[in-house]
Formats: sequence, structure tokens, C-alpha cells
Amino acid sequence: MKVLLPEILEMLWEVWEQNPGAEVYTGGTDLLVKLREGVTWPPALICLERINALRQIWEEEDTVVIGAGTPHTALIRHPLIQVEFPVLVEALKVLGSPPIRNMGTLGGNIATASPAGDSLPALYVLNAEIVLTDAKGSRTLPIHEFITGPGQTGLGPREIITGIRLKKTAPYTVSRYEKVGKRKAMAIAVASLATCLRLSPDGRIESARLAWGSAGPAIVTSPEIETAMSGQPLTPELLRGLIPAVEREVSPIDDIRATAVYRRKVAANLFLRLSGISEGGASA
Amino acid sequence: MKISFTLNGKPVSCDLPSNRRVVDVLREDLGLMGTKEACGTGECGACTILVDGIPRLSCLMLAAQLEGRDVTTIEGLSKSGETLHPIQQAFVEAGAVQCGFCTPGMVLATTHLLSENPRPTREEIREALSGNICRCTGYQKIVDAVELAAEKLTEKGETA
Repeated sequence: MKVLLPEILEMLWEVWEQNPGAEVYTGGTDLLVKLREGVTWPPALICLERINALRQIWEEEDTVVIGAGTPHTALIRHPLIQVEFPVLVEALKVLGSPPIRNMGTLGGNIATASPAGDSLPALYVLNAEIVLTDAKGSRTLPIHEFITGPGQTGLGPREIITGIRLKKTAPYTVSRYEKVGKRKAMAIAVASLATCLRLSPDGRIESARLAWGSAGPAIVTSPEIETAMSGQPLTPELLRGLIPAVEREVSPIDDIRATAVYRRKVAANLFLRLSGISEGGASA
Repeated sequence: MKISFTLNGKPVSCDLPSNRRVVDVLREDLGLMGTKEACGTGECGACTILVDGIPRLSCLMLAAQLEGRDVTTIEGLSKSGETLHPIQQAFVEAGAVQCGFCTPGMVLATTHLLSENPRPTREEIREALSGNICRCTGYQKIVDAVELAAEKLTEKGETA
């Protein structure tokens, strides 16, 4: 199995044409684990780490475009991302461990499409759009349409994620990403919740965006709960009253990390903890 | 394929299968046994090396990715190669080494931390070393060692 390192996108399409069964990777933190387990053994690997065009972050009017090959550490440290998307920074800070965050990339976390992927709930609440590119051109899909199931995406043959588009004008005043795992670092989420709220000065919820991780085959969102919260004061009573809805919306599974029953409980408890979000959460 | 990179300050050029894992290149092909492999899946940090100064996991990197890079392993930390680097000395003095298997990774992660943050808090030390697992020490002595190393380096006016 040979490993190829194209330095520009045009070279990528060329080497992919010559090596049709090749798999692509950037950080390698998922694919190389699968190779070791023998889950996949392609005839060639194409590493995207040398393509500088995939590591840029820029603004287009009201949108920030993040190159898909940007490592998590670079995003956590980027002033624009810190200011505009604190919920994403909070999520990336608890993804894997420092060396994993130095290697792994945002595009890779999306392409892996694990229901436990830490960037995903944050990207769902931010209504991220995924830019997909092949030799012929680019198309854009909302993240919830791109991810179709556990490990399943809408990536076409010989197509890669090149960018993530996030609108800057998200009118939220507080946000939070909270994850429950077996330990703090190096733990895959048992359940997680990303939240963005716009609160009025008197503590009323003007709008809400919520996304649970590890709580179903894909990230779980709920227009029903978001609508029920809007216009209401953010109180423990409001949240308690919506617990049956949370328990209905999530559809977790039993696996080595936790049971479905426990996950459902944690998903609900993460929601209850939002009552303290104005004090504890990062401000948006 | 022919791969050229800098290893512990010296240029290296070797003919390697492009899909050989970097940890195997270092240990098996180049005889540098200081880099350890435990989990092989990026969960323990034992195989940490510095690539262009940044901690990376050599079990999750392939030989082709070394081309043109500047790699530091635990063998390259002490400039003279004879006396211990102040960080290594601090680990010895603080009793931060028991079985020693995690130590090279811990020391290299510390090197990176202190190069960016010469006087970290205990909380910052814990965060920076959170990708390196130790099953002997309970971590307290390791955090002590990093504090001691920070003192030694700042006293000498050196950077990690």
C-alpha cells in the first residue's frame, strides 16, 4: 500500500484517478486505527496534510469559511473562531487529547460521522454548511443532510470535504457544550449537548438551538423543544416540564460505554443543567 | 520510497515503505527504542514525538508523512547526549518515573508545554499532559516534576 501526499487539489484529483480505490485521510486519527484493526485495507492512501488550501480560514461577508484540513488545535486558538463560535471552541477543547487535537481536523471529524463526534453537536447548532468538492466542482450541503447515519455521509465517489461554512450573525447570547464521559480527557462521549440561546435582558429565551451527541444514530435536534422554549423564562421548571419531550426525542443505544437507559437519563440531565447557563457557560 | 527528514537535529535519508508506521521506523529501522508503543490507537500518548515542535503520535503517522519534517524523539532532547536535559533531570528528582514506559511521551509533551508557557499552573500542566496515560504514579509526582522543570529552566533563563 503506497501513501501519496499531493500538495495541491489538482494533484489530488490526478493521483486519485491513477489510484481509484485509494482512501483519503488528513490527521489519520481514525483511518489509521481502522487500518490497524484490518477494517479497511485500500490499495493506496492519499494524505491531504500537505494541501495548504485546505488549512485556511477566511471570511466571506457574514460567513466564516474553515478549511476542512484545519487541525482542532488551530481552531481552538484562532481569534475569529473564539469570538464568533465559542460553542465550537468549547466542544473542540474536549475532543480527544492534545496530540489528537494537533493531528485531527474538523473535516475529518465530520467525515467520520460518529454520533459521538465532539464537533458535530456544535456544528449542528451553528447550522454549518459542508462544502464538498470533486474534480468537476463544488457543492454545499447543510450538515444534517450531509450526515445520514452512523459513519454514513453523502460524500460522492472521489469527493472530499474542502470547507465548513458558518454564519457569523448567529444572534445568540450564551452557549455551552457539555459532555459526559468515563473520564475528562481521552474519553468518547456517553452523551453530550451543545446549546445556543438568545436571552432577553429579563431572562426570557428569545430563541434556542440544541443538539445532543451520542444520543441516537446521528446528532439529535428537536424543533419541538426549541419552539416550546422560545418566549419562556429560562427556569428549572420550564426545563423539567420538557424532560418527557427530551426522552422521546433521543434514541440512544447500548454499547461498551453505556446503556441506552443511562444515556437517555444523561441526555435529560444535561438539558436540566441549562438553568445555570447564564452563570457558567461561555458567552456567545 | 526515499524519505528525507531531520531527526534529532541531524539530516536522515532512508528508503522505507511509505505506509510503515513512524513508531516502527524509529524503533525497528533506526534503532531508537526510546519512543514506546502501548495502545497503538492514539489513546495513551506513549509514542509521542515532536514533529516541527508539536506533539504528535508516531503510531498514527506513516513514513511518507516524515518527508521534510523536523522530528525530535526522547533521544534528541539532551543536546550533549550525555547529561540529562533539565526536564529529564526534574522527572528523576521529583520521583516522577516508576516503570518508565510513559516517561518519554510525558517528557516530550512537557517540552512542548514549557516552550509555549514557561510557568504553567498545575491545572495547565494536567491539561497539557492529558493525552499521556501513566498507570504507576497517580500523576502527582509528574505534575511536581513539570513544576520543578519549569523552575530549573526559568532560573537558567533557558527555554524548553
